[in-house]
Amino acid sequence: MTPLALTAFTATSCIGRGLDATLTTLEAQRTALAPCSFETVTLETSVGEVAGVDDAPLPRELAEFECRNNRLALLGSAQDGFTAAVQDCALRYGRGRIGLWLGTSTSGILETELAYRRLDAESGALPADFRYRGAHNTYSLSAFMRRAFNLAGPAVVISSACSSSAKVFASARRAIAAGLVDAAVVGGVDSLCLTTLYGFHSLQLVARAPCRPFDAARDGISIGEAAAFALLERPPASSAADTVLLLGTGETSDAYHMSSPHPEGRGARTAMEQALAAARLTAADIDYLNLHGTGTPGNDAAEAHAVTAVLGTEVPASSTKGATGHTLGAAGALEAVICALALRHGLMPGGVNTRDLDPQLKVNYLRDNRRARLKAVMSNSFGFGGSNCSLIFGRAG
Amino acid sequence: MTSLTAWISGVGLIGPGLPNWAEGERILAGSAPYEPRPTVLPVLECLPAAERRRTGTTVRLALAVGLEATAHAAADAAQLPAVFSSSGGDGQNCHEICRVLASADRQISPTRFHNSVHNAAAGYWGIATGATPASNALCAYDASFAAGLLEALTQLAVDETAVLLIAYDASYPEPLRSVRPIPDAFGVALLLSPGPLASSLARLTAALSERPAERLADARLETLRAGIPAARTLPLLERLARRESGAAVIDYLDDVRLGLEVSACR
Repeated sequence: MTPLALTAFTATSCIGRGLDATLTTLEAQRTALAPCSFETVTLETSVGEVAGVDDAPLPRELAEFECRNNRLALLGSAQDGFTAAVQDCALRYGRGRIGLWLGTSTSGILETELAYRRLDAESGALPADFRYRGAHNTYSLSAFMRRAFNLAGPAVVISSACSSSAKVFASARRAIAAGLVDAAVVGGVDSLCLTTLYGFHSLQLVARAPCRPFDAARDGISIGEAAAFALLERPPASSAADTVLLLGTGETSDAYHMSSPHPEGRGARTAMEQALAAARLTAADIDYLNLHGTGTPGNDAAEAHAVTAVLGTEVPASSTKGATGHTLGAAGALEAVICALALRHGLMPGGVNTRDLDPQLKVNYLRDNRRARLKAVMSNSFGFGGSNCSLIFGRAG
Repeated sequence: MTSLTAWISGVGLIGPGLPNWAEGERILAGSAPYEPRPTVLPVLECLPAAERRRTGTTVRLALAVGLEATAHAAADAAQLPAVFSSSGGDGQNCHEICRVLASADRQISPTRFHNSVHNAAAGYWGIATGATPASNALCAYDASFAAGLLEALTQLAVDETAVLLIAYDASYPEPLRSVRPIPDAFGVALLLSPGPLASSLARLTAALSERPAERLADARLETLRAGIPAARTLPLLERLARRESGAAVIDYLDDVRLGLEVSACR
């Protein structure tokens, strides 16, 4: 594929608002996971909650989209001059020539969960202030951000569980290559809600203590929330050396099980192989791998099989979910931005919380930060329903 | 304006009064009257019994139209990338989860939870057919059909591969039905190929358009088109059924439509 430049990017998660705070936390190897006190949840688990999401209501002209997920989206897009970069891009190409591909798994479902506590005692009707289109519907996120960015091009939400906001990079790069748009805003926003907290708990996939990816005693995920965005365009004729490029994408399906990965990581493996082929790179070119690394026994084992089959056992790899939690539909975009920071700052972030590496997993898992000049890095995202996506990012010089 | 091209080489259809593409084709061609009747879903033989029991209306609908379109084109479903697009996913499942979460014990069932993902149909499709290429799961509210078509067309153009598009919607139960009144289940599948096949019905070209979306002359079919997001496909299906060449405009986002040029193959 023809590389695309990430001409702007930003991320907000529990480890920080914007790039500087995110980088600082990664450099300090801190986790921001904390015991869950979200809403009325009584589960014994840790979560990665973004502080202050509920503090600022949406501007009045966007009130029809009011929900925690869209507040987090607006908060995230306001960091690092991202919205200004999108508007500058719109001036160059035209509002109708910029597409919007965002990923989310649960959108504003929290509003519906809360509204179901307030159903009319007699009729069973939802409360009058309930908004289906602006909050509940999965597309609410892109409808909202299309309005907030003042764009007029194609827009959609990709909702394939935990691969959602990795897959937005693949769809957007195809739309640019096909000439449908000249540039694309991609990203992912997912926020805490009861469906995912109680749902993953029902599958016994939630850790009690902060998650420990690739640890021999790992016992599940910690759920987090995040908003992360990138602006994709064809690279200018002369790019600065530290310009981050999208080099390759790979997408496959496991065709195996709804909530468990293929035990040998079959689909994960072919997604990584496709991404390498698209980038015209080989395993030896990958300097660092940001693992999906959720911290469940099955997911990490399947991913390790796939990684060693494709990349061997030497490529430095880590999961940043020990710091951020698993941000579900936002994880692909959040970890894409972490990869962009890794390339720009020469930082391979060590995986935090992991104490005793699982000797069964033959991955060169980093527990401590490592500094090196990185040329190409890979990020994996895998979701329920066997939806796999691998992305490769690199530097212009 | 950039346009995207594909051949429509297989169709699947299920909706109220439209039991399959063969019968729907006759109705949309004007050879048989349209009689609205509640949507009837076929029994899915392609899923193992244990998996079949876990599926709801939307998954069964999506798989049924997908299988019809691939059979129409004599294509191997296992080899096809697929784009699934739905305005809301499984509303019954969503209702059950919200109901339990609002109750005292909050213990939702694991099956309910994994069925709640918007890509549930894509996941079951892979299990049913063994398809391992990329699958996608899109939502664009009322624009979901056109958004899915654009995704499928760009994938076909860039990866030079046939792509299966499946758009589907089903009703919510109350109380959500009152705030999102989708009257019944409707699903459409289009097998899009980069070149003509023996089964091809038409060559399709699509581009964004400022023109208003076309309405259907038959008032009951127009009610269907306007009432269910996936049924926004109907002006296109009408062209295919009538073997007509010409332009059609279908609904997309509030401020932009999708302009289609259809060239019938025979």
